[in-house]
Amino acid sequence: MLILGVESATAQVGCAVGGHEGVLASTHSARGKRHAESLAPQIEFTLSQARVDISEISVVAVDIGPGLFTGLRVGISTAMATAFGLGVPMIGVSSLDLVAFPLRHTRRLIAATIDARRGEVFTAFYRQVPGGLQRVNEPHVVTPDDLYAELQAASTECIVVGDGALRYRELFSSITKVEVADESLAYPSANSLVALAHARALREEFVQPAEIQPLYLRRPDAEVNWQTRPER
Amino acid sequence: MTDTMNSPASEGQTILGIETSCDETAASVVVDGRTILSSVVSSQVDLHARFGGVVPEIASRAHTDLITPVIAQSLVEAGREGRELTAVAATYGPGLVGSLLVGVSAAKALALTWGVPFIGVNHLEGHLYAGLLEEPDLEFPLVVLLVSGGHTMLVEMRGHGQYRLLGQTVDDAAGEAFDKVARYLDLGYPGGPVIDRLATQGDPTSINFPRPMINDGYEFSFSGLKTAVINHVRKNPDVSAEDVAASFQAAVVDVLLAKTVRAAEDVGATAICLAGGVAANSELRERTLDHSMTSGIRAFVPSRSMCTDNAAMIATAAWWRMQSDGPSGMDLGAHPNLKLPWMATA
Ligand SMILES: [Zn+2]
Repeated sequence: MLILGVESATAQVGCAVGGHEGVLASTHSARGKRHAESLAPQIEFTLSQARVDISEISVVAVDIGPGLFTGLRVGISTAMATAFGLGVPMIGVSSLDLVAFPLRHTRRLIAATIDARRGEVFTAFYRQVPGGLQRVNEPHVVTPDDLYAELQAASTECIVVGDGALRYRELFSSITKVEVADESLAYPSANSLVALAHARALREEFVQPAEIQPLYLRRPDAEVNWQTRPER
Repeated sequence: MTDTMNSPASEGQTILGIETSCDETAASVVVDGRTILSSVVSSQVDLHARFGGVVPEIASRAHTDLITPVIAQSLVEAGREGRELTAVAATYGPGLVGSLLVGVSAAKALALTWGVPFIGVNHLEGHLYAGLLEEPDLEFPLVVLLVSGGHTMLVEMRGHGQYRLLGQTVDDAAGEAFDKVARYLDLGYPGGPVIDRLATQGDPTSINFPRPMINDGYEFSFSGLKTAVINHVRKNPDVSAEDVAASFQAAVVDVLLAKTVRAAEDVGATAICLAGGVAANSELRERTLDHSMTSGIRAFVPSRSMCTDNAAMIATAAWWRMQSDGPSGMDLGAHPNLKLPWMATA
């Protein structure tokens, strides 16, 4: 089983190919060209580095967010079309799962964060269980101050990870029991995506391309404004 | 030698076209830029109606939801497998950047998957080719009136990929004027079809709205006409909406047609061709054909579904682009303000 993982929910865009033997090749970039310009050439390059023909891919995994809407959709559209074109199933993984994944060996409470801009972060908490990580609350969007309060209320030591943690590093690290994870872990990685998708693929947790649903966690502004509009 | 549609070197090239520049998610399979095997259009108009216009974020989300089913349906209706295609094309501009990116990303991924070239298409070039798709016997030079919600321009097509801008709007696009007048009259969105329908019940001569710059060059201006309509309704609150719609529409069509006809005479065009969403307007279509009957200047009015946004015109423009320029790079992104490639004015 070979998995192509496509990841574009944050400022970083990347892809990886791998399977039973782990990741065979991957590419990530967080600066320079825009996601839509980089992604297809990255896939071509990554596959050629791994000496994998695209027809050998049997599962396409994608980061479904939360994240920056436009970039996120570039990855999702690319991944859906690739899976549809190959006639293979998909696995969608949350960006929050992906930033928490590299910390799976810690016993501390993990607060995964993705910068939501506009003074907010997307977040969910994770804790170690036998065999991996378990998410302990629903992904939600909060102000850094609210997350600060959630962390202070936690009964254990915490580690905050993700580009949201990085952006508000000073605020979160002012709590003594909280550590902010290294910036090399700030972005969801396509390598983590392939690893997590591989575990789910073994359990056959597949969806069809048309069933992939982006995790926006925020409604479009126009809809919010429409509902809160003054009576006419 | 006249440059007609009958000069392709290769035969039997099947292109999947994808269009997501605004609020239609569309996919189509076209052979050799002339034979439509399928043309699927999923309109989001209902999602945007309550906002009185297209909301970019809502459009992008809908495109993401619809793109895979729409592509799948276009292939099923065409009876083609992805691997039987010659190329995959998508609109890369102009349009809403978030919407364009969905189509461009999907098209590049499909091209990669099936091992075929990817072709980025200019949406406006797609509209210009809608006429030639349905009427391959049209000969250059053509004068195309391209009128939509975002564009109003007169283009001389001298050959494939050879376009000269004769004139365009200096303020509102024609479709925009329809939307704004409809909104002022509380008729809903989109304005074009509503006014078209209402106008059939009204008297087009009842109100003499201005015909801006009708005898003046090839530029258009609709902002003043829209203001004149609003002022008239303000002063005459009991005026019938049907008469306003009919009189407003008559003024717009008078200006569009007068300039198009004059342009066709001036450049010696073999025919006039309509394009774009506003070319679905009944009055404009009828009057263009009537004029053709009386003047002898040939006119081609594409079917309504080829005037409004669709992907068959994208697959057709892609086929012609592939003959001249070859495929696009896999690093092509969306270009929201893309212009037509104008010829240097000699
Ligand atoms: Zn259009």
